[in-house]
Amino acid sequence: MPLLSPLGQLVLALFATSGRVTLFALEAMSHWVRPPFYGRQLVRQIVEIGYFSLPVVGLTTLFTGMVLALQAYTGFSQFNAESTIANLVVLAITRELGPVMAGLMVAGRVGAAMAAELATMRVTEQIDALDTLSTPPMKYLVAPRLLAGTLALPPLVAIGNVIGVMGGWLVGEQKLGFNGAAYLQATMNFVSMDDVLSGLVKAAVFGFTVTLMGCYHGFNSGRGAQGVGAATTNAVVSASILILVFDYLLTEAFFAK
Amino acid sequence: MSADQTPSKIAVRNVTKSFGRKQVLCGADLLIPKGQSTVIIGGSGTGKSVLLKCILGLIQPDSGTIEIDGVNILAEGAQSRRDIRQKIGMLFQGGALFDSLRVWENVAFGLMQGDRMSARDAKPIAITKLGQVGLGPDVADLFPAELSGGMQKRVGLARAIAREPEILFFDEPTTGLDPIMAGVINDLIRQCVADLGATAVTITHDMTSVRHIADQVAMIYEGKFIWSGPIADLDTSGNPYINQFIHGRTQGPIALQVRSA
Repeated sequence: MPLLSPLGQLVLALFATSGRVTLFALEAMSHWVRPPFYGRQLVRQIVEIGYFSLPVVGLTTLFTGMVLALQAYTGFSQFNAESTIANLVVLAITRELGPVMAGLMVAGRVGAAMAAELATMRVTEQIDALDTLSTPPMKYLVAPRLLAGTLALPPLVAIGNVIGVMGGWLVGEQKLGFNGAAYLQATMNFVSMDDVLSGLVKAAVFGFTVTLMGCYHGFNSGRGAQGVGAATTNAVVSASILILVFDYLLTEAFFAK
Repeated sequence: MSADQTPSKIAVRNVTKSFGRKQVLCGADLLIPKGQSTVIIGGSGTGKSVLLKCILGLIQPDSGTIEIDGVNILAEGAQSRRDIRQKIGMLFQGGALFDSLRVWENVAFGLMQGDRMSARDAKPIAITKLGQVGLGPDVADLFPAELSGGMQKRVGLARAIAREPEILFFDEPTTGLDPIMAGVINDLIRQCVADLGATAVTITHDMTSVRHIADQVAMIYEGKFIWSGPIADLDTSGNPYINQFIHGRTQGPIALQVRSA
């Protein structure tokens, strides 16, 4: 019995936190449709999340595509199946690796920064100051960030997908001796709109998840430097885990027969 | 507990607030006279800041009523509370300036975001307010991190008075400042309150500030107000808690954790 008690407390705490996060998200989303709207905040966040994440996401997907082509070759060449490498690369990048890698990179770059910024604002009473200046913090700080994350990730992932596929093409043509045009033709023939769209839907969900975790943990941070540090860690860890959980659930929803 | 017949701007009645098992406010009662400067004194952890945040609507009390101009703000909806909050300006202990915004944008924040005024209209007002707290227009385009602590406090004061509020709150306005800058801030607070004809509520430990700013003084101890009255009566209150506090004595009825447990 003494062993079950901590387990029960853990489960109860998990449900309580899930409830708080859900209410937090619903309140923030309710501000998406209720004026006033803070358009400048939204644009600023889209640039911060989307544009400034492009180098890190581009590099990540580029090398992911390159490694994928290389690894596939070592396996597939044993069965004379080199011609399917282009198919494997484009499928893996558009369906899974593009959105997941981009989501994880943005969680590390943006989610952490967001949590640290909001936690510092909490600790230094800037969030309270917003309230006293007739500006609801949820509307001004959280709602634009959540919307920006949801809108910015799909185009970011779309660009990352192209770069990832080009990474596979680069290795295929330069190192493995494939015909470049044939590789691209095989890629275009094999990829379907469903593959691309499923990846972009995942990207939107991951963008929402990363910004939600960043905002939730930052907004509800503890006091002092330790509180800010804990908020940042919790935001990145929870966002990373949730990305992988949602990736499975969405894959199940899209592709399970 | 108002010491005279001036009508109350803010009435706090039997307010209680607990955080977990710790009861911070235990039935706080206070009447804050209209157009006067009331200073709340008390040791650390006695509930001063929590009471201020309750009045501002940042913390929901467990019970009691808080009236501003006769309206119980705890019974009002979110929109009505926002309307009431427009009457209030607040200077936070650390300034609470927005790091990412320039000084003039900080001062004009309430005008632009709360009142939806354009930047073109709001900037001259911000520069005027900065002038009222002794800062020149050259400061307007700096960021808060480029200012000294005293200048940040002055910018915070300019932001608090920018919308010409009816009520001004000051949370430990001179903490962390040298005596000369503390004197400057005290003078500015006195002047701003007089210029606006506002009702001011200040919480502080600084007895020099109390004597400079206050018309009325109220002392909170263990979550309750134990004395209030005009500043002229502070030294002759005959209240042992007041006497210990204003003279900074370690011996007396106020039990402080000065010894290790």
